Amino acid sequence: MTVRVQTEDFDTGLEIRQLSQARHDIGAVVSFVGLVRDLNSGDVVSQLTLEHYPGMTEKSLEAIISQAKSRWRIEDALIVHRVGTLRPGDQIVLVITCSSHRGDAFTACEFIMDYLKTEAPFWKKEVTPLGEHWVEARTSDDKARERWDVHRDLCTKQIK
Amino acid sequence: MKIKLFYFARLKETLKYSTEDLALPDETFTVLKLKAHLAKRGDVWEQMLMGKLKVRAAINHELVDDKATIADGDEVAFFPPVTGG
Repeated sequence: MTVRVQTEDFDTGLEIRQLSQARHDIGAVVSFVGLVRDLNSGDVVSQLTLEHYPGMTEKSLEAIISQAKSRWRIEDALIVHRVGTLRPGDQIVLVITCSSHRGDAFTACEFIMDYLKTEAPFWKKEVTPLGEHWVEARTSDDKARERWDVHRDLCTKQIK
Repeated sequence: MKIKLFYFARLKETLKYSTEDLALPDETFTVLKLKAHLAKRGDVWEQMLMGKLKVRAAINHELVDDKATIADGDEVAFFPPVTGG
């Protein structure tokens, strides 16, 4: 498992090759890339600053991957999250999951993003024509995370 | 009891503190009790820690709720709900 917090941009193709090369047990690689949008909650965003909690961030991302590994058959996973100043169109976050079959890789990738959005200590501050403001957390992100609890309960019931 | 405190994002900006070493009376402190203790510093502290805005807390890099107990030497952090990704 790899977790990195960095100011520099990332190359998804390179990261995928590094994760999967020389491994013939991996049959599926799923990647998610998050980008900075120029419009958020009706405001035109010209710039974004990302702050994080060094130390806790890395632990929290590792814990999220571990949780995903305990629920699905993931051979390897990677999270790269950028911090500092970003502009619309810039890449913010990369999640890659590798598995022997696509189902687990798809599901685990979505699970990791939903948990990252609600548990990893990052905060966004936007610059708009009206000035700077901290981005508010969305209840839709909490709901997206909560559905994984329901998903687990359903799976447990099916096994019983 | 001595602890290290960290503040992030809106809390850091408004309280004008990013980190501090704090000595607390030798009694049991939950996260809620620590917030109430810090809130005595003034209106801004009360608004940021005990007001309407949601505040999340971590002890030694683990997310915790208000009932969690703080021990000597702990690193405690206060911050708004996270907005990464």
